[in-house]
Amino acid sequence: MNPFQRVGAALMAPPVVGAGFTMHLGLAALARISHIPKRRRPLLDQMHLCGIKSLHVVLFVNFFIGMILALQLGFELARYGQQEAVGLAVSVAMVREMAPMMTAVVLAASVASAMAAELGTMRVQEEVTALEVMSVDVYSYLVAPRVLALTLIAPMLTTLSAIVGILGGGLIAYSQLGLDFHGYLRASLEALSDNSFFGVPRGLYTGLMKAMIFGFTISVIGCSNGLRATHGASGVGNSTRAAVRNSIIMIIVLNFFLGKIIYQ
Amino acid sequence: MIKLEGVKKAFGTQQVLDGVDFHVPEGHSLVIMGPSGSGKSVILKHIIGLLNADAGRVSVMGKNVAELDRSGLRELRRDMGYLFQHSALINWLSVFDNLALPLRETTKMSNSEIRARVMHVLDLVQLSAAENKLPSEISGGMQKRVGLARALVTEPNIILYDEPEAGLDPEMSASVSHMMRELKEEHGMTSVTVTHSVSCALTVADTLAVFEKGRFLISGPPTEVLNSKHERVREFLGAQLD
Repeated sequence: MNPFQRVGAALMAPPVVGAGFTMHLGLAALARISHIPKRRRPLLDQMHLCGIKSLHVVLFVNFFIGMILALQLGFELARYGQQEAVGLAVSVAMVREMAPMMTAVVLAASVASAMAAELGTMRVQEEVTALEVMSVDVYSYLVAPRVLALTLIAPMLTTLSAIVGILGGGLIAYSQLGLDFHGYLRASLEALSDNSFFGVPRGLYTGLMKAMIFGFTISVIGCSNGLRATHGASGVGNSTRAAVRNSIIMIIVLNFFLGKIIYQ
Repeated sequence: MIKLEGVKKAFGTQQVLDGVDFHVPEGHSLVIMGPSGSGKSVILKHIIGLLNADAGRVSVMGKNVAELDRSGLRELRRDMGYLFQHSALINWLSVFDNLALPLRETTKMSNSEIRARVMHVLDLVQLSAAENKLPSEISGGMQKRVGLARALVTEPNIILYDEPEAGLDPEMSASVSHMMRELKEEHGMTSVTVTHSVSCALTVADTLAVFEKGRFLISGPPTEVLNSKHERVREFLGAQLD
């Protein structure tokens, strides 16, 4: 194999082809947002699946995240006599980082896997091929409603997660650290009132922006892995596993770069 | 109407099509038989533009399939129906919605026109009573007939059948074969059928071809092929007839 062939073979390696298809799929979904009025019903169905069916898990996880943050930060801050600052620390951490990221991780595990499994099953059972043969635009019919649904639902779930996380932190602040609950809430709200942007606290809108980007990324990765499934049931299993793994990796990497861009 | 000239296709090192040539005139029915995994379905996928040939030319209704862009391909596919081996019905849509889907997505027909067309085609395959059922709620034979109805609902000029008798009992298999024959005789539909069933081939074929190792071993009128002296053809069809 000559050097040109080696470069060509490397460029056509499955992970590179997969990444290229995923980017193409994201752009194709964005280009079909104008089709959404025709797809109201599937959009609402997907929002129900992504939102309502994941809500209890997302809230449960974030309530505990808030409690863990309050417990760990509270004990450390108490060593320096600063335990009153726990409300500030928990609310900033929840709104900026933990609520968007933990919600996205739960959505990756529950929704991206479901999208990959559903579309993967359709692919291996030739249902996707049947749509192509019938001249149905697969990106408009299958992908756009899923991507838009999760892009819209992720910020809503993140808002609720942040609230529940702060309340969880408040429970620990009151029961374990001996703080006044109202004082804790006041400190939490004050921490978020800085740098407001058109009346919306900066921490909140940046957190929601992150959540939207995470929602978009997770859904595109889920759909992409599903549509590339091959080789029957084991192929669907592989595509589901890859969807969850790649989504979580992308959430963590994007979280770092978004944080750097927004707060630096 | 459908013409393949020197079509070659390889998957990795495996040469699946090795210079395939045939011509199916309008209103004609070609049936392709051959061992499993020999690449018969790959021919159908080339005709409908799901796969592109490595070499050679596939033309349908005078258009070179490989040269069509996305919209040209959609235009061509509107004139073609495809019956999948395992029906490939959309699992969350009812029988009615499965049939209405291509009409809703690719035409400007009103809801009442769509309803009338779908019910007409469901009548044709004797499944009007199943319009509200999900694919999982009907038998394999019924799914196959719904698949056939979906292939017909856009009133195509060409229909491609990929193992239409697969998974059906002999009675249902004969019924589907007769339905295919009626479509050809009454509507002048051009078709290419891939099958393992000699009885299906004899019911449907104007031309019968036996395919193996990327090439046609023989093609001609069914009786001529069945009486062929070609050793491999006799082995294959003999096993089928036994």
